[in-house]
Amino acid sequence: MSRQLSDVEDVLQNALNKHGLSVVPLLQEIQEHFRYLPEEVLRMLSRKTGIPLIEIYHAATFYNSLSLTPRARHQIKICAGTTCHIRGGGKLIEEIFQVLGIRPGEITPNGEFMLETVNCLGCCAFAPAMVVDGKYYGNLTPGEVRKILSKLRERAALMEK
Amino acid sequence: MNTNTRSKLAIPDDLTKRREMLKDRLDPKKQRIVVCGDTGCTVCGSRELVPVIEKVLQERGLAKKVELKIAGCLGFCENGPLVLVFPGAVFYQQVQAEDAEEIVEKTVLQGEIIERLLYTDSADGRKITCAYDIPFYKLQKRVLLETGWYIDPLDIDDYIAHGGYAALAKVLGEMTPEGVIAEMKKAGLRGRGGAGFPTGLKWEFCRASAGDEKYILCNADEGDPGAFMDRSLLEGNPHAVLEGIIISAYAVGAKEGIIYIRIEYPTAVLKIEQAVRQARELGLLGRDILGSGFDFEVAISKGAGAFVCGEETALIRAAEGKVGEPRQKPPYPADVGFGGKPTVINNVETFVNVPLIINRGAAAYHEIGTESSGGTKIFCLVGKVKNSGLVEVPFGTTLRQIIFGIGGGIKNGKRFKAVQTGGPSGGCLPEEMLDLKVDFKDLAQAGSIMGSGGMIVMDEDTCVVDVARYFLQFLKSESCGKCFSCRVGIQRMLEIYERITTGAGSIEDLDLLEELAVTVKDASMCGLGQTSANPVLSTLRYFREEYLAHVRDKRCPAGVCRPLFRYSIDKELCIGCGSCAEQCQAEAIVETEEGSYSINPELCTRCGVCMEICVADAIIKG
Repeated sequence: MSRQLSDVEDVLQNALNKHGLSVVPLLQEIQEHFRYLPEEVLRMLSRKTGIPLIEIYHAATFYNSLSLTPRARHQIKICAGTTCHIRGGGKLIEEIFQVLGIRPGEITPNGEFMLETVNCLGCCAFAPAMVVDGKYYGNLTPGEVRKILSKLRERAALMEK
Repeated sequence: MNTNTRSKLAIPDDLTKRREMLKDRLDPKKQRIVVCGDTGCTVCGSRELVPVIEKVLQERGLAKKVELKIAGCLGFCENGPLVLVFPGAVFYQQVQAEDAEEIVEKTVLQGEIIERLLYTDSADGRKITCAYDIPFYKLQKRVLLETGWYIDPLDIDDYIAHGGYAALAKVLGEMTPEGVIAEMKKAGLRGRGGAGFPTGLKWEFCRASAGDEKYILCNADEGDPGAFMDRSLLEGNPHAVLEGIIISAYAVGAKEGIIYIRIEYPTAVLKIEQAVRQARELGLLGRDILGSGFDFEVAISKGAGAFVCGEETALIRAAEGKVGEPRQKPPYPADVGFGGKPTVINNVETFVNVPLIINRGAAAYHEIGTESSGGTKIFCLVGKVKNSGLVEVPFGTTLRQIIFGIGGGIKNGKRFKAVQTGGPSGGCLPEEMLDLKVDFKDLAQAGSIMGSGGMIVMDEDTCVVDVARYFLQFLKSESCGKCFSCRVGIQRMLEIYERITTGAGSIEDLDLLEELAVTVKDASMCGLGQTSANPVLSTLRYFREEYLAHVRDKRCPAGVCRPLFRYSIDKELCIGCGSCAEQCQAEAIVETEEGSYSINPELCTRCGVCMEICVADAIIKG
C-alpha cells in the first residue's frame, strides 16, 4: 500500500474535528477520501478514539453505501428496484455474470469491473436501469448490456496499449 | 431594496416588499423555457440539452429576454427529456440537443408549434400542444407539484415571488403555536411517510412533552425501491420543505431541526443545502426569525442507506450517527427522541403540505381528499403502465382512475394483472380491487398499505410469486436482525419461495408460508417485520392459482421463474439466419438438419437474448 501514515492521520484528524465521535459521519468521511474503508484505517480510528472496533465494523456493514472492499476501475451498479426487477433487471445481472463472471458485490480478478446492486436509482420510467461510472443507461436488454461492456473492455484494452 | 443583496428580512413587511419587487417574475407573458432536470430526463439526455439551449439563446441575443430554467421534475418521466415553453405551457417530449435551435427559432421567436415534438394521445391519436390538456396532467390535482414548473429550485427569490414563506410570515405574525396545531388537525393532514398518523396530533404530543429542548427531524431517507416522490420534491421545491419544517418547529417549540437525507440522492442534497444557506442569509433561519423572537436552525445529516431507517426510532439513531436499529415503543419520539429529547418526525411530503394548509386555510384544504385523509398524495406510477411518472391525486381517487386514466393503461397491449402499493412492505392487489379508493384505511383493509407512495403496475408477464420472492429477498437483506422472528422468519419464507420458484415446492409449503407470515407479523417489534407479511399474504390471497401452478403443475404461467418455463424455436417461422446461435453465450442453440435451429433446454440459461434479437419472432416462451 502506498498510503502514507501521515496522510491517514490527517484524514482522521480532519474527520474527528468535523464530526466528533459520530461513527457514521466519520466512516463517510473516510470513505470519501479512500473510496472504501481500508481495514488498517478503521483500526487506527478505533485506537485513536477508543470506539470499539466492533462498533465501527457494525456500522460499516450495516449501511449499504459503506464498503469494506476496494473499488474496481469500472463500477457497475444495477438497479434492483421493484420496477427494474419486473422489467427484467435480473436478466441484466445474469448477463453480466455470463460476460464478466462476477455476481453483485464481486470484482473481476483483474480489478477492472465491480458489480453492485442498488435498491433504487429512482428512474423507474426507464427500467431496467444501470449506472456505469456515474453514467446512466435506461431501458436495457441483456444484449445492450453486452454491447456496453464490450465497449468498455475495448477502451480499457486500448488504454493498456 | 436590491434583491441581489442578501439583506436580512427583519420583519414580515420586509418579505412582502421583497415579493413586491420580484413581481415581474410572475409576468404571464414572460418567455420561459423550462427543462426537466430530474434523474429520469437526465438519463435520456436533458443534461446535454441545457448548454445547447443556452448557447442558442446567447447567439440570438435572447439570454436576457428568455428565461431558461432547470426544473426539479416535470413528472411525465415516460417521455423525457421534457421541455415546457411559456407562455402557453407548450409541452415538448423526447427533446434532444439537436432540437434546441428549432425550439428557440420557431416556438420562442415565432410562436410556431413543432408538431413532431408534441405528445400524441394514445386514445385518439391527436397531438396535444398545451401540457394542461394532456390527460396525464389534466386528470391530476397538482397542488404540491405544480409550483415546480415555475420556480428555479436553486433560487429563493423565485420561491418568494411565487408566494413562498408567506405562510411562515403569517404563522409567526398572527398565529399561536396551538393555533397552528389546530389548523393541521382541522385540515385532516396525515403523515405521508407510510403509517398515516395525524400530523396535528403528533405535534400536539410533542409540544405537551416536558422540557425546552425539542427537535424536528425531517425524514428524507427515501428507501423504498420504486419510489422517488421525496427526491422530486427536494429537487424541485426545496424551500417548500424547509418552510414546512420551520412552521412545524414553531408549533412544537423546537429550536433545532435535522434533515436526514439519503446520500444516494446527491442532487437533492445539494439543493436542500443551498436552500438552507439562502434561507439563513435572509434571516428565515437563525435567531429572531422575521422579528418574532422565534429562533430556529437546521442541520443536514446524510443517510448511509438502510431501509429500516424509515422506522422512526431507527431514523433517530441514524441521525445521531449511530447504527440505525429500531427500539421498543413507548416511549414515543414525541417524548424521547433525538438526543433523548422530544422530537417530531415527519416525512418530506408531509412538510410540503404545511405551508399549503396555512395559505389556503384548513377548511379549503380539506375540501380536497376524503373525510379521514385531507389533501392530495403523490404517487410514483411505474412498472408496465403506459405513462410512467410522478402523479398527484386527491385521497379517495380509485386505482382504476390512476392506472387507466392518468396512466393510460397497460403497455404493449398486455393485460393488467396486479398493482403493488406501499413498497416492499405493501401488497399486490388484483383487477377486482381496481375500484378501491386510495386511502390509508381502504388500502390496509385490502391487505396492502399506502406506504410512501410507490405504485408499481404489473402485467400478465409479471410473476407475482417471483415478485413476493423479490420483496422477501429485499427485506431479508434490510432486516436489522434484532428480532428473531424477523431475522429468521423472513429467511425461512425466502427459502420456501426459492423452492417454489425452482419447481421444488409443494402444496403444504403454501400453508407453511401463511403460518410463518402471520408469526413474523405478530412477533416482530418494528414496522419492517410487522409488514413483511404483506407481500406474502396479499399474493396468497389474490393469486393462489398462480402459486398452485408453480407447486402443482411445476409451471410459471408468466414465464419468469427460469426452471419453470422453456424457450423453443418455431420451425415454421425460423428463417435460419443463425443470429440467435451466434449470440447464445451458453451455446445452447444448434442448427438442425432442416436448416432451422433448435434450443437445448439442458444448456439454455433462459437469458432471453435469442428472443430479443430474433427478427422473425420465431422464439416461443412457455
